[in-house]
Amino acid sequence: MVEFLTSKRAFWSFGSLFVLLLFWHLCAEIFQHRHLPTPVAVFDTFLREVRSGNLLYHVWVTLLRVAVSFIVAMFIGSAIGLVMGRLPNVDRFFDSWLIFFLNLPALVIIVLCYVWFGLTEVAAIIAVAINKIPNVAVTVREGARSLSRDLSEMAMVYNFGWAKTLRHVTLPQMAPFFAAAARSGLSLVWKIVLVVELLGRSNGVGFQIHTAFTTFDVPMILAYAIAFIVVVQLIEISLLQPIEARVNRWRR
Amino acid sequence: MAQVSTALEIDVRSKVFPAVAKRGENCVLQNINLQIAPKSFVVLTGPSGCGKSTLLNIVAGLDEDFDGSIRFQSPDARRGYIFQSPRLLPWRTIEENILLALPDGDPRRANVSAMLDRVGLTEAANAYPERVSLGMQRRASLARGFILEPDILLMDEPFVSLDDPTAQDLRKLLIDLYSRRPTTILFVTHDRAEAVMLATRILRMDCGSASIVQDEAVRLGPEDRSDRSKVQAEQARIFSDQ
Repeated sequence: MVEFLTSKRAFWSFGSLFVLLLFWHLCAEIFQHRHLPTPVAVFDTFLREVRSGNLLYHVWVTLLRVAVSFIVAMFIGSAIGLVMGRLPNVDRFFDSWLIFFLNLPALVIIVLCYVWFGLTEVAAIIAVAINKIPNVAVTVREGARSLSRDLSEMAMVYNFGWAKTLRHVTLPQMAPFFAAAARSGLSLVWKIVLVVELLGRSNGVGFQIHTAFTTFDVPMILAYAIAFIVVVQLIEISLLQPIEARVNRWRR
Repeated sequence: MAQVSTALEIDVRSKVFPAVAKRGENCVLQNINLQIAPKSFVVLTGPSGCGKSTLLNIVAGLDEDFDGSIRFQSPDARRGYIFQSPRLLPWRTIEENILLALPDGDPRRANVSAMLDRVGLTEAANAYPERVSLGMQRRASLARGFILEPDILLMDEPFVSLDDPTAQDLRKLLIDLYSRRPTTILFVTHDRAEAVMLATRILRMDCGSASIVQDEAVRLGPEDRSDRSKVQAEQARIFSDQ
């Protein structure tokens, strides 16, 4: 984390973000419209929401939903992907199912889950997970298909057994695919969680944005959106990137 | 227990590869019947593509789709396999790779530092395989095969694509490891000089017959093997038909 903040890459990231803020500010000054607030106005709203405790509460609720549905989707999607990648007959049979679910619009899944299971927390989590599972399964299946035959023969000759083979031979080969699924997963999941909250929950960032929408409160919408982008980026930098660096440390 | 004089009995009546594209069935091995004496160093030689590696995979138990049988002296014989490419796990260090050949809690795990020292990898113990040379990876692969103290050790051209001095060093290392703890070795190579230098018995295979065409004991004592002219003379005697 500290390493990142003092790096050249950080200089470029923050520099370009600053230019974006400047551009936004200029646009707001030129158009002078109440639906295009300046960055300063958005920051004021942000501070007000932080002081009232609203922002932290809603961001926390949304984060919990993201975490639970992300973990559920990663586990189920990985299991499906592993099985499909290893067993060609299962793959042939379920491939068209996968294509069906990949192309089913997120909104349809969400609406159907609420209709079938009611406007509940469980329905919300299921809806998000179903949206994410096919993506995880496709990525992990690719990894399972490309497992090295040479190394599994080695494991067989040296009597590794299934537990040792899984831990030392299979999972390390799958790690880059899990990492790819996790990264694309996190950004997809939190966007879907907002839609789920907008349609059928009474708390969370999605709910707050919905409330702000009814009064056309643009500073509020932007304050919540930016707060959540920052949180997701912090997770990415402080959690996902170090894990990825650790599983890749053996590479030349 | 009755005295048994063979460590390994190979009886492959036929091994056929399924038809590929328009070509018919491809018979790679037939009528191979061999008794391998305990602690003998048997080298299997012949042109590439004549089925040497296939036979090794059958003995290793990796290929069970053949007509015949493989019998070991004891049913729970430990097998080691040193492959043509080192087949180390790139995400485990050299030392971890060697230790993985042994079950958890095995007393032989204590031998790992002595083994690393013997194969000259003490300094590289904590390095990842892709960060060291091919020669060092091959040493690690040898160490993994020997630390297991196998009853039978299978080796598939383990010294190809190395420069001459490196390959020669590894052959000397192999002789050293073998003489410290003799075991039954089945070694595949197409390098005749290598075959004569290492073997106590040479089996020649040939593409046409898909079988063993010559079975010869090597008449060299341990000290003769480092004598170039004696190895050459023996090579000329065994491979006299060409």
